[in-house]
Amino acid sequence: MSEMSHTLPNYNYKVVRQFAVMTVIWGIVGMSVGVLLAAQLIWPELNFETPWLTYSRLRPLHTNAVIFAFGGCALFATSYYVVQRTCQTKLFSDKLATFTFWGWQAVILSAAISLPLGYTTSKEYAELEWPIDILIAVVWIAYLINFFGTLVIRRVSHIYVANWFFGAFIITVAVLHIGNSMAVPVSLTKSYSLYAGAVDAIMQWWYGHNAVGFFLTAGFLGMMYYFVPKQAERPVYSYRLSVIHFWALISLYIWAGPHHLHYTALPDWTQSLGMVMSIILFVPSWGGMINGIMTLSGAWHKLRTDPILRFLIVSLSFYGMSTFEGPMMSIKTVNALSHYTDWTIGHVHSGALGWVAMVSIGSIYHLIPVLFGQPKMFSTRLINVHFWLTTIGVVLYIVAMWISGIMQGLMWRAINDDGTLTYSFVESVEASMPYYFMRFLGGCFIVVGMLIMAYNVFKTVSAPKSEKNAQAEPQPA
Amino acid sequence: MSSFWSIWISIISLGTIMGCFLLLRWCLKNKTGVTEGDDMHHEFDGIVEINNPLPKWWTYLFYACIVWGLAYLALYPGLGNFEGMLGWKSSNQGVLTLEESRAAVAKAKAEGKIVQYDREIAHAKQKYDPIFDEYASRPIPELINDPEALKVGQRLFLQNCSQCHGSDARGQLGFPNLTDNDWLYGGTPEKIKETLLGGRSGQMPSWASFGEQGVKEVVAYTLSLSGREVDAGLKAAGESRFATCSACHGSDGKGNQMLGAPNLTDNIWLYGATEESVTETVMNGRNGVMPSFKDRLGENKVHVVAAYIYSLSHK
Repeated sequence: MSEMSHTLPNYNYKVVRQFAVMTVIWGIVGMSVGVLLAAQLIWPELNFETPWLTYSRLRPLHTNAVIFAFGGCALFATSYYVVQRTCQTKLFSDKLATFTFWGWQAVILSAAISLPLGYTTSKEYAELEWPIDILIAVVWIAYLINFFGTLVIRRVSHIYVANWFFGAFIITVAVLHIGNSMAVPVSLTKSYSLYAGAVDAIMQWWYGHNAVGFFLTAGFLGMMYYFVPKQAERPVYSYRLSVIHFWALISLYIWAGPHHLHYTALPDWTQSLGMVMSIILFVPSWGGMINGIMTLSGAWHKLRTDPILRFLIVSLSFYGMSTFEGPMMSIKTVNALSHYTDWTIGHVHSGALGWVAMVSIGSIYHLIPVLFGQPKMFSTRLINVHFWLTTIGVVLYIVAMWISGIMQGLMWRAINDDGTLTYSFVESVEASMPYYFMRFLGGCFIVVGMLIMAYNVFKTVSAPKSEKNAQAEPQPA
Repeated sequence: MSSFWSIWISIISLGTIMGCFLLLRWCLKNKTGVTEGDDMHHEFDGIVEINNPLPKWWTYLFYACIVWGLAYLALYPGLGNFEGMLGWKSSNQGVLTLEESRAAVAKAKAEGKIVQYDREIAHAKQKYDPIFDEYASRPIPELINDPEALKVGQRLFLQNCSQCHGSDARGQLGFPNLTDNDWLYGGTPEKIKETLLGGRSGQMPSWASFGEQGVKEVVAYTLSLSGREVDAGLKAAGESRFATCSACHGSDGKGNQMLGAPNLTDNIWLYGATEESVTETVMNGRNGVMPSFKDRLGENKVHVVAAYIYSLSHK
């Protein structure tokens, strides 16, 4: 598209650069905490007898760091980049962009301090206390204004599909966060939820599952819709598939939360609706996977030489696998076996590591050279090494959790001829130990891969700048 | 739920599914104004989109899931107050007391409703109750010679009791060892069953009113009862104060199983044997709680668990 280069506006790449680099850093931090937790499950002494390093306090730190710090920075970086490039305009407000960067980092830092100190609302993925929640809401609304403001001042007639997904993700996360975090403060560090009992539970999982559906899915589908066709240099497979799978995905996801509360005090009708919508949701989810993978048609050979494209396409395969597994696990009879076991943990990580992390890593590898005025990453071979480390790590992780999860489920329900349970709980924990080790190993592979990425990014960023200005040079399309 | 909310839920849930269906139908036809297989004539940073039709197999999958979803919502509760054609429920939700629960079970049975929890419980009762009826018909001293019965008892123990008393039944701080034939409330089969069925509440009051010196004296005397070396002066002073303690622990300190007051002369310490622990006990008092298992396990299973516990010190 070099014929357009003279008309390209002066994009705000500074905020994209900041978020892109922080994605790598927070990725290493969040995943390392995850590996420490995996190790603590095998060797509990690793909490070193300090309250700050206990599993209970580090677990929310891990989830918050990987979802909101790593995933969040990746989403900010890519959405700010994609919305500018596909709208052919600079960001609506550079000041708001700067505010969202520093505000978001402040949120992450306060989480990293307050969670180990034990301050928590005890709501999963929404553990941060009310002052931080308010900061999140303010930063998020600034992000919303900046993103939609940019859409409004766009210089192209249509809005690209990636921006539909980013937009849906930003609006819905604002609604979810504000709705679920409503609380009555009793002191600066303690608050009580506005909701109680079964209502609290369903609010929490309405939020919790849509954190998955909108933060970890819609946002990253937006990423996919830009970086897959860009990296493959192929057109998007089907516009009409984008339309139906976008609207079906966002309207069905919002219903799926109750499948986290099967066989609880939640009314039966709520559980049924959650399950029905989760199962129909399987189809639009695969619509996104098909659209991404089929975009590669005619360019399959590129997978042989381009590890960045491999990251992106393998992430879509994991996305397809997780979105088949999820609806299956939402079926009440399957859930009766899988719930409360490691199977759930495996499912989350096939989505979070296989899909979210891999599509982010691929996109960041694509972005870094563009943002820092380099023709390409310092070493393609190291990207390839990273790709294999991550793939092996994820497979080790998921397989370990499948085995231990299904084993736990079967052990818990096994009964003798007299109706007594065959195994006590601790026996199922003991039986899980080899798989906990396998999971720990998988985690190590992934963290080593991230360290290699950090080295590669550092070498690329610090290499002498190429002649041309990165700002004016659109990358080859 | 009021009928307003019920209708509201039905409209928005069916509306979501119908909306997906209609949009799918719309996307199946080419209404883009562009020939199929052509690009959409708009381009974003070099990316173009092709107007390809939806994959057929994927469309059929979508239809199948929608049909399945609607069928499920017709058969099972999902659309607000509509109970579904099968009359299925997971449990008698909303009951608050045992009486309400029993009434709900009877009502569901009379109306032929499928309450999954009730059915599973009824099935289990029918299948397993005869086994435990048979065990309960044999006295415990006889039952401990039946290895099969003890295995069942051990499994029940591991599921229900080991959390406090340990997998090996040797107890832990605050939870009695069940293998040493030392009993707070008595170790006969009848007494063990009584403990399991009714639970126990052990109350050691605080004797802070003795003052620091007074507590020191009482502790010294108490320790001396199991032959520990203590300061003779403190012991003598403590002995006169022990009259207060003897109300429960007996004048000889050998305890009283009627009250669950421990024997203080056998060097077995529920809350720790050190001078510090005993001082803490006297100063602050202790509350020991053994929950009742009558509703949780029923008398027949308690009989088998009691046999297992009895066997630990009578083999």
